[in-house]
Amino acid sequence: MKLSIKYHFLISTLFLLVISPLQAKLNGEQLYSTHCSACHGANGHGGVGVPLALPDFQYGVTNDYLEKTIRLGRPGRVMPAFTQLKDDEITAIIKHIRTWAPGKPFQYPNKKISGNLKKGKEIYATHCAACHGAAGEGGKGTGVTFSRPRNLPVIAPALNNPGFLTSAPDMMIKTVLMNGREGTPMPSFLKQGLSEKDIDDVVTYVRSFEKQMTKEEPKAEIAPLISFESPNSLEETVANIKRAVIGKNFVIIRQQYLNEGLAEAGKENKKQIIIYFCNFNFLNRALAIDPRVGLFLPCRITAIEENGKVTVTSTNPLFMSHFFNNKELDKLCEEMHQVYVDIVEESTF
Amino acid sequence: MKNNTLTKFLLSICLFFVAATSHAENLIMTRTKQSFPEAMLKLQETIHEAGYKVSRVQRIDIGLTSSGFATDKYRIVFFSTEEEINLMSKQYPHLVPYMPWKIAIFAEEQDTLLVTSNPMSFSNKNFPGADEHLSRWKTDIEKIFDILRKSE
Repeated sequence: MKLSIKYHFLISTLFLLVISPLQAKLNGEQLYSTHCSACHGANGHGGVGVPLALPDFQYGVTNDYLEKTIRLGRPGRVMPAFTQLKDDEITAIIKHIRTWAPGKPFQYPNKKISGNLKKGKEIYATHCAACHGAAGEGGKGTGVTFSRPRNLPVIAPALNNPGFLTSAPDMMIKTVLMNGREGTPMPSFLKQGLSEKDIDDVVTYVRSFEKQMTKEEPKAEIAPLISFESPNSLEETVANIKRAVIGKNFVIIRQQYLNEGLAEAGKENKKQIIIYFCNFNFLNRALAIDPRVGLFLPCRITAIEENGKVTVTSTNPLFMSHFFNNKELDKLCEEMHQVYVDIVEESTF
Repeated sequence: MKNNTLTKFLLSICLFFVAATSHAENLIMTRTKQSFPEAMLKLQETIHEAGYKVSRVQRIDIGLTSSGFATDKYRIVFFSTEEEINLMSKQYPHLVPYMPWKIAIFAEEQDTLLVTSNPMSFSNKNFPGADEHLSRWKTDIEKIFDILRKSE
């Protein structure tokens, strides 16, 4: 039977779709490059993510810790849960990560540490809270990159994070406390004067964060935009938007048509207007928390006249905030959401 | 008739594998070893080759540094086509505030990072017709990022 070109095409496409993933999943370097290198660096030197190539990190974490970390992520602390990766793909990524530091990582005995919780809490408050946060919430600026002024190679991890607590066994936490982690600000607390018993107390306190973990409630569906109808003409509405923007301490940086730069110059749709604005203080705060906030930038309100009806819309920062898995950023998104609502309301009054 | 059935069968198997290999990440992100100026040029060239037009580049770093804040290079690249902008504003108003689509591109030491939203995250059950466009944008963006990632 002779197959037409169409069938040859379909069969080869099918062949590629079936074969390519099978080949790709064996290539840890390729998988790392696709899923991890944007944050952790092409050679594991870090960035938004921790420097995986750091020898002390490599020897101090088990494959099981890495696997659980990839699988669960760090809820609210930028590192996503890679639920779409298959077991053998994760194994291939870990194999690739391990090529940066030859030698075997520590193997921790599966031993529960039982210390004095009350004493552990006191020691934690004195020695750990300054970096890891009073309640183990971690250092500020979770998603900071080397593109911003930065003194530290890593941001102190959130010890109360469910992803961390599930991934890290007691003995791993204890070992890090005892030896520190070279190449990061984490010191050896044995050298800082704590006894092994004190360290056991701290591990017990850190483990107690598990009891404080609350189950995340599923969020209600959030609309992607904030939209109001304006009773005024398009010109009046645009003037009102500008007044409202300035009233909120933002600077107008540009006014343009929606299809400007795409339609032939002079033939743009004059009934679709975008007002771009910014508050550089606010922006600087946001970028210090997460470098990816460019996706919200610049702030913008769109006014459109269609069939004599004028509508004012903006993006809804609450809709996009969950894209980032960054609790610190969520707070700024709530702030920005209110700013947008106020501007849209004021300009359509 | 037989030919049509075979075509449908093969297409549905292809679609099954495409669906099976896609995943629900909300952000699409990549790193290129190119320096910022090289990556910026390559991005604009690749967007053009993918059939889109860069409508504007917003220089975020300029505004920040002129306000006294330290930052490395940071730009937003807006792109789309005139036809798609017209179509979205007529049929899919929930996408209008997000159009033209944007890619944030910023320097990180010698490398350059690129990030954009996954268009499929904007899929809305009230506007099922938009999925065809969102899915195509996602595929195109992944191709663009793949080219950037492999560029040295």
